[in-house]
Amino acid sequence: MNRLLLNKAILTLSTLSAVVGLGFLLWILVTLGYKGVMSLHWSTFTNDLVEGGIRNLLVGQFTMALIASAIAVPIGMLAGIYLREYSNNGKMAAVMRNLSDVMMSAPSIVIGVFVFALLVDPFGGYNGWAGIVALAIMMIPIIISTTDNMLSLVPRELREAGIALGGSKHKIILQVVVKAAKVGITTGILLSFARIIGETAPLLFTSANNQFFTMDLTEQFPSLTVSIYNLATYPDEASRELAWAASFVLTAVVLLINLMGRFITRSKK
Amino acid sequence: MGGKLFKNFSFLSATLSFFILIGIFAVLFQYAQAALHEFGIDFLYSESWEVDEDDEGGLFGGWIPIVGTLLSTLIAMAIAIPLAMGIAIFLTEIAHEKLVKPVSVAIELLAAIPSIIYGMWGLFYFAPIVQSTVGGDGVGLLTAGIVLAIMIIPFMAAITRDAMNTVPPVLKESAYAMGATTFEVVKDVVMPYAKGGIIGSIILALGRALGETMAVAFLIGSVMSIPSRITDPTTSIPVLLANNFAEAQDLEISAMYYLALILFVVSFALISLAKFYFFGRKTV
Repeated sequence: MNRLLLNKAILTLSTLSAVVGLGFLLWILVTLGYKGVMSLHWSTFTNDLVEGGIRNLLVGQFTMALIASAIAVPIGMLAGIYLREYSNNGKMAAVMRNLSDVMMSAPSIVIGVFVFALLVDPFGGYNGWAGIVALAIMMIPIIISTTDNMLSLVPRELREAGIALGGSKHKIILQVVVKAAKVGITTGILLSFARIIGETAPLLFTSANNQFFTMDLTEQFPSLTVSIYNLATYPDEASRELAWAASFVLTAVVLLINLMGRFITRSKK
Repeated sequence: MGGKLFKNFSFLSATLSFFILIGIFAVLFQYAQAALHEFGIDFLYSESWEVDEDDEGGLFGGWIPIVGTLLSTLIAMAIAIPLAMGIAIFLTEIAHEKLVKPVSVAIELLAAIPSIIYGMWGLFYFAPIVQSTVGGDGVGLLTAGIVLAIMIIPFMAAITRDAMNTVPPVLKESAYAMGATTFEVVKDVVMPYAKGGIIGSIILALGRALGETMAVAFLIGSVMSIPSRITDPTTSIPVLLANNFAEAQDLEISAMYYLALILFVVSFALISLAKFYFFGRKTV
């Protein structure tokens, strides 16, 4: 009887943990939704930060994340292709994989400090490129891992069929193997984009922030997340309201991209 | 011809992680030289953080942010481990088939929310609750630890669930057939089988908690003092960097690089331990 009781107790506690987890998700989302909708106005999207809006911040954040992706996706995919298709899965490949995973877990603030030393300090000021490089460094290992995993799911027979048709190795990789893993890789790219667009720490002292609209990547660059951090600590109500509005928009973007990634995987499989 | 070029480019890309990691270490080490020379290993347990305006020097030690980082992580782990295990057990052994998918997605969405959002929410909604129930100023070690726990739970739960899912059903079924309860199956079959993955997930979450910046920056209070009670405000390495790195100069900024180096080396060691030792090869 005793062990049945213990079993019941543990199972109840486990179920309760799941309820607690979901409860927090709901609590955070409801709070965000409520505060966000209350403080969002049409002018929030048409004004820049200096006039109490987030237009320049949204454009700035997306610009940096998109250019970072344009750098990280080809590098990450090539590295993943090397690990899965060229390396013969030896010891060396195992070490490279583990190093890439270690890089994936490196504290984001340390990456910010590193890029500051590399691209801000020597050039005399914060600039958009530094922010982009910091984000790209965060993104590359995620893309490597996704590409590597997705290519490993492609059946060997496809590669063999390619060889039997007389295709050269790189043509088979690009036109058969990568094509077969397209859906998974696309999902991985979307998820990692969602991850870096919400990053704050690597931008704090690389691109920093800008109150005005700019597309010049050699100056301080507007950032939605850095602005949220600054605005939330100001004592006036208007700044806090804007911080909530910005948080709502950021979370909506991140969760939508996430759901989109999941939807693609499900509809194609 | 094109094939050779393609292969070489992919090889170069694959080695990039290695060079970036070496680069981070080298750069941090180089910029930390001044502080390394001045304070040596004593830096680790010296409490002072005073800038001397006159001679561009000062007296710097990492003890306070190091203690703050360790304590907030400890609180977070104490809360997160049991809850994450519970969620993983719920998803693999208890939940009805139709519930598994939506609950998993919800937990993964919780993991996708940017950390700055946890900070905002924690500051304006959670800190007041801590203040009215436990006391203190609202912001402090306890609040930071709890919100940090909420942040790492989904991450830890997802990896633990994956590890538990690798247990062959036939093992569990034999135990059930012998009359074992669900808890006994988890304790004596699932846990031992998935041990490596579970410990690995805990270490990875630990690394994440140590390096987390934004959520903690809102909530720990950012005060340079050793906390005497659990609700007291203090600071941590990432928070000190986030708030003061940009304004620091000379010896102070070198001390900051020293702190960043410590954080980098510790998380590098932890993650390597998890990767090379506990997971054969497990992606996260």
